[in-house]
Amino acid sequence: MKVKAEVAHAYTPGLKVQMTATVRKTRRLSTFGDVLVKEGDTVDFGTIVARTYLPGEPHLLRAAHLLGLEDDPKAVARYMSKKVGDSVEAGETFAECSLLFGLVRKSCASPVRGYIESLSENSGYIVIREPKAVVEVKSYVPGKVTEVLPREGVVVELNAALIQGIFGIGGETNGALRMAVNSPNETLDAGEIADQDNGKIIVAGSMVTGKAMAKAAKLGVRGIVSGGVNYRELVNFVGHRIGVGITGDEQVGFTLIVTEGFGRMNMAKRVFSLLKRFEGYNAAISGATQIRAGVLRPEIIVPHKELPSEEVITRDSVGGMSPGTVVRVIREPYFGAMGTIAGLPAELQKIETESRVLIAEVELESGEKVLVPRANVEIIEE
Amino acid sequence: MIDAKKLDEIKYILATDVGSTTTKARFFKKTGEEYRYVISGEAPTTVESPYEDVTLGVRNAVRQIEELIGRRLLDEEGIITKSSEDQGADLYCTTSSAGGGLQMMVAGVVKSMTAESAERAALGAGAIVMDVIAVDDGRKDHEKVQAIRTLRPDMVLIGGGVDGGTISHVMQIAELVKSAEPKPRLGIGYKLPVIFAGNINARKPINDDLGDVFSLTMVDNLRPTLEEETTEQARAAIHQLFMEHVMSHAPGYNKLAKWTEVPIMPTPAGEGTMMRVIAENLTTNLLGVGLGGATTNLYSIVDQKFVRTVSANLGMSYSICNVMKEAGIANIIRWLPFDLSEEIVENRLVNKMNRPTTIPQTLEELAIEHAVAREALRLGLQHHKTLARELKGVVRERTMELERFRRMEEATYIDMMRIPVIVGTGGLLSHAPRRSQSFLILTDAFQVEGVTRIFQDSVFMMPHLGVLSTVHKKASWEIFEKDCLVKLGTIIAPRGQSQQGEEILTITLEMPDGSTHKETLRFGELKRIKLGEGKKAQALIEVTKLFDIGLGPGNKLETEIDGGVVGVVIDARGRPLVLPENHTVRKSRLLEWFKALELYPESFLEKVCRQ
Repeated sequence: MKVKAEVAHAYTPGLKVQMTATVRKTRRLSTFGDVLVKEGDTVDFGTIVARTYLPGEPHLLRAAHLLGLEDDPKAVARYMSKKVGDSVEAGETFAECSLLFGLVRKSCASPVRGYIESLSENSGYIVIREPKAVVEVKSYVPGKVTEVLPREGVVVELNAALIQGIFGIGGETNGALRMAVNSPNETLDAGEIADQDNGKIIVAGSMVTGKAMAKAAKLGVRGIVSGGVNYRELVNFVGHRIGVGITGDEQVGFTLIVTEGFGRMNMAKRVFSLLKRFEGYNAAISGATQIRAGVLRPEIIVPHKELPSEEVITRDSVGGMSPGTVVRVIREPYFGAMGTIAGLPAELQKIETESRVLIAEVELESGEKVLVPRANVEIIEE
Repeated sequence: MIDAKKLDEIKYILATDVGSTTTKARFFKKTGEEYRYVISGEAPTTVESPYEDVTLGVRNAVRQIEELIGRRLLDEEGIITKSSEDQGADLYCTTSSAGGGLQMMVAGVVKSMTAESAERAALGAGAIVMDVIAVDDGRKDHEKVQAIRTLRPDMVLIGGGVDGGTISHVMQIAELVKSAEPKPRLGIGYKLPVIFAGNINARKPINDDLGDVFSLTMVDNLRPTLEEETTEQARAAIHQLFMEHVMSHAPGYNKLAKWTEVPIMPTPAGEGTMMRVIAENLTTNLLGVGLGGATTNLYSIVDQKFVRTVSANLGMSYSICNVMKEAGIANIIRWLPFDLSEEIVENRLVNKMNRPTTIPQTLEELAIEHAVAREALRLGLQHHKTLARELKGVVRERTMELERFRRMEEATYIDMMRIPVIVGTGGLLSHAPRRSQSFLILTDAFQVEGVTRIFQDSVFMMPHLGVLSTVHKKASWEIFEKDCLVKLGTIIAPRGQSQQGEEILTITLEMPDGSTHKETLRFGELKRIKLGEGKKAQALIEVTKLFDIGLGPGNKLETEIDGGVVGVVIDARGRPLVLPENHTVRKSRLLEWFKALELYPESFLEKVCRQ
């Protein structure tokens, strides 16, 4: 069997840390609706770009049962004072039936304001639908509308710094960045958060404590960015154990973005210095994480106009690893260490577990050279 | 369809499984008259952003094969499916569980009857069941509607009612589904597929009610009578809709589908096909498992009844945190022979979930993953048992003798003493550096009883061979028998409890070389006797009266024992297996057992011992 010296492309997932990039955000409704802006428009963080109306909550009424017509659900229609499509008020009686020569009267009232959507002759069920609910999509980032997706939304383009985290809690928000610690290996505790942090996004170093999270929520902090967080403290704060990596809907008072991982994790120096560089700038952040199909990582977008935009990273350039590539080790025993690829031997090598795997030789920032399974490094896209 | 003549000419076969985490390519070749496995290539699955095209991952995995064997298999169009001396494969087929696999919601009238049949049918087709809605499921109507609204299933299966029975209840279920208007998970603006497999008299009203809103398919009733369950038509419809609707909306699948003449199959369906093949060939009951990154798939074949369950959120990468949540961190840590705080293990497991494609580099990390695997499998079996049971609603003739047995059957008919074969597949089991590791993981998790043979998928190719068997049975079986199924050995585990150190079992083995090997084991011990693959020994197993090896308490058993790469393991730890509460005692027991099976390198176990 012939073994070639070359190796296949290492498509290693990477997290973006870019000082300047042309960021394109697709803002899309979950179902068809109206787009409210047009190509070329300038939008701000909170501009509503698309709107739709979702059917209101349905309420099922067992009308046949309520009217004593279980054996003849087709008869329900005869006793209704309103017909399908008519509106009803909460508590309004719209069907009545008298039985036993008028001795027993049975009726059907709407539990909510809405309209009679349907009546099933087979089951005797009536569906009362609440009024339509408005769903709006905001721009989330300030920029220019470069594309309109008919009936669905828009693409907003801007020049910004872009940092992807590894895990987040909470949805989209924005606020001014404030460095709450002086170095990437410092812990953010409650003492470092003050009243003036209301409405801000504050940056921690290696960890944010449970007490700090509680105080931040109380003071109206919009977001916290931290290198690490203790799983147990996060669970206590959020109020439930995190099982599946799908987040973003939590209502905990602010959005949390973890840039490195769980446990005490020094924030990557380049992430920390980039955030520091833009202290005081308004940033858009989202904690939404989906570690499943259509992977979604939390993000920090800091719009700025100071430097010309670099070329946008395209898919083809993502993931290629070669000597000199900046990487982060993402598994024990070197978890969190940053370094550069020093070599990519083509042959499988036996590691401590006795597995034979493709490895990468990584020169850590400390100067130490270590061997790491290639699956355990992630590329830092600069 | 591939014709018989073309099948005969097939020399090179390429198969892939697009898993939730990794895309695995396997290459097979006809040498002389038989088909054999040649080589593997693996690469991260690229269903996700920024790639969003599964064919990239397939290309990367196949490229590894190209590089390893120096044969060109890819061109700009995709897989080269016309072979010559140095390029191409004659046949390409694939399974997939990427993008979350096939996610379904099922509904029926009575939770333990038609809704359960609908659940079994969906699981049988390899789907993940997101929710089961029934008239009597304990939720109020608005809660059911709310639950349906928040789900984004790939399709819905509705059962309900026996043929000719009342239709009002099944119409209630239809009303619930209709008013909730569930939206499909993938794609925007297309009709969600709904399969109706209930009372045939309800077809017209169902069509009137749901026909405009959903893409409706009618199939045979899952429960035409209370005594019957017919899931085949529903399963076939699910597979067809999976191809037509779901796959066509998943990133890159349209392209992938063009690369192969063979319909893409969900991974659990491929695995299940091979599990059935093993049970048929060994003419025995069987319990099989596919332990994946996102899901754990269990398969049981007991008295010819085949049941498949897919536990959606039990897995070793994407779902590892959910295993921790469901099992509890203490239950994971109890399998570790060294000290590590709950907090550290918790953080490491969340980190693994966040970086699902990473692999353990240290033995400590490997042991943690093995501990999680035991719990994932234990929970998976627990889930499986809730569906592997007799049909509810069946009126039976009762006799005094049968009463006790019948009650047990209603709980589950999975009795480990009646399962003589266990088969394991999936990344963690197939890639375990030592075969004894997967052997003990399966033993501990399932708590096998009696005399049980354990098999393992050599390099994870059961899904590949499952889909291959749909077009080329001969190739699939030959590769399966010779290269896929690794005989790990036999475990002998009597049921019962005793005091630590009490003698409970004596085994006398007539070895293939004519020698006799006799061992007496004390309660709590685990012993390994080497007996190679393909070798057999005649065994006399004698147990004390508190123990049962399959023929009742205290009764001895004479039987033939099969060897394997691990050999014969005598497990005198008792059943159910209870780990000592005391932390120090438990660690020392685990170390004894791990040493007995040479589970990890000696130096590591010695180091742990000294801690």
